[in-house]
Amino acid sequence: MAKKITVFSTTTCAYCPMVKKWLSSKGFAYDEVVLDKDPARQQEMIEKSGQMAVPVTLIEKDDGMEEVVVGFNPGQLAGILS
Amino acid sequence: MSEPENQIIMYGTPQCADCKRAKEFFESAGISYVYKDAEDPEIAKEMLSLNGGKNITPTIIYGDKILLEPSNEELSSTFAAHEEPDKQSKLWDVVMVGAGPASLSAAIYTSREDLSTLIIEKGVIGGLAAITDQIDNYPGFRDGVTGMELSEQMFEQAKRFGAEIELAEVETIEQADGYKIVKTTFGDFKARAVLVATGSDYRKIGVEGEDTYYGRGVHYCATCDGAFYRDKKLVIVGGGNSAAQEALFLTRFASSIEILVRSEWRASDVLIKEVEAHEKITVHTQTTTDKIVGEDNKVVGVIGTNKATNEQKTFTADGVFVFVGLDPNTGFIKDLVDLDEQGLIQTDSGLMTSMNGVFCAGDVRSGATLQIASASGEGATAALKIRHFLEDK
Repeated sequence: MAKKITVFSTTTCAYCPMVKKWLSSKGFAYDEVVLDKDPARQQEMIEKSGQMAVPVTLIEKDDGMEEVVVGFNPGQLAGILS
Repeated sequence: MSEPENQIIMYGTPQCADCKRAKEFFESAGISYVYKDAEDPEIAKEMLSLNGGKNITPTIIYGDKILLEPSNEELSSTFAAHEEPDKQSKLWDVVMVGAGPASLSAAIYTSREDLSTLIIEKGVIGGLAAITDQIDNYPGFRDGVTGMELSEQMFEQAKRFGAEIELAEVETIEQADGYKIVKTTFGDFKARAVLVATGSDYRKIGVEGEDTYYGRGVHYCATCDGAFYRDKKLVIVGGGNSAAQEALFLTRFASSIEILVRSEWRASDVLIKEVEAHEKITVHTQTTTDKIVGEDNKVVGVIGTNKATNEQKTFTADGVFVFVGLDPNTGFIKDLVDLDEQGLIQTDSGLMTSMNGVFCAGDVRSGATLQIASASGEGATAALKIRHFLEDK
């Protein structure tokens, strides 16, 4: 199970609300970091995901492992969170 | 035609007051049902064969129960324990593949006419329209509208009339006995008719470095990723409306933008004038894009060739945004229906594909004009054609 879910987004990105909608529809709580409002955290997202496109979903699991999903990919999210 | 066991079917006529009352009962209780118009002689025949030859509307069939002109008390007691079928056991009147302007417009029409409607989307509600920054040519918005706002409004409008959404990717469509099975990554959905409105996706240039640096400097969505290029240098590849529109959007962030146009502009005059007048933008027409160059895992420039002088040049850039055209999203359906030579789905004048009961509208349809307004128009037309198809079944 996931201990913590963080969605890195920008205000103009249309795929970002899709990730949030999907997480909410499946009953998962998440924190959101809006990178154009909080540019100081851009580097953190780039380091975690190794790239510069949003949305990025960072899933910290109970065992301390981290999984990163780039883009809106419900199949991948479901696989990690199920 | 076979119906799922817990499907409620109501035979009625437009003038019958008790039919209206029964409809109101179901709607207020949130119970879905299939309505069949018994003014149609074929439907009337079907009703008479099920209810013992009685010319009474509404006739409501629910499993092995037959209710003739039931009172609200009878309806309450019969359906007290009714559980709504989940999305996968229900037989939908129409399943729409893709949630762009064509489907959303179609869904407004079908759900408003009481056709149960499920939209399946693998990416973003609104499709390419949703990731477009500013839309100035969709009627009804004097000052333009953002793609996200327009998409959200269309979606909410369709939801208001009862359309539902499933976030999944369609893998194939199969014919069953009287209906279709839409197979997805999250299970199968049954539909009496299907609308394919999967639109298109941005095309790649196909040059060295493009895949290597995807997401590390190579991007296809300005509204998604533009914010990472504040005070940075950008190259944009492409010469159509998308390239021009998105270049203007990216001027919010970038310090300078060079646009590489392979031949001449294909964008509208209004956009070209605005782009060429912008102080941050320099346009290079007749310039091919040959290679995207990177260092330390990120983009540092683009090599291009001026076709007139045959001179190769490196354009320094922190990022490259590519808008070189569109590819139709036909992966799951290309072997099921007839396509034209460009890979777009062919339809008859009633927007039906070569697969009976499978309709198509919007950018993925052969002959489409790739405009949001025309996709919406086609969606509305498709909805009316689907209604006729379902009535004729």
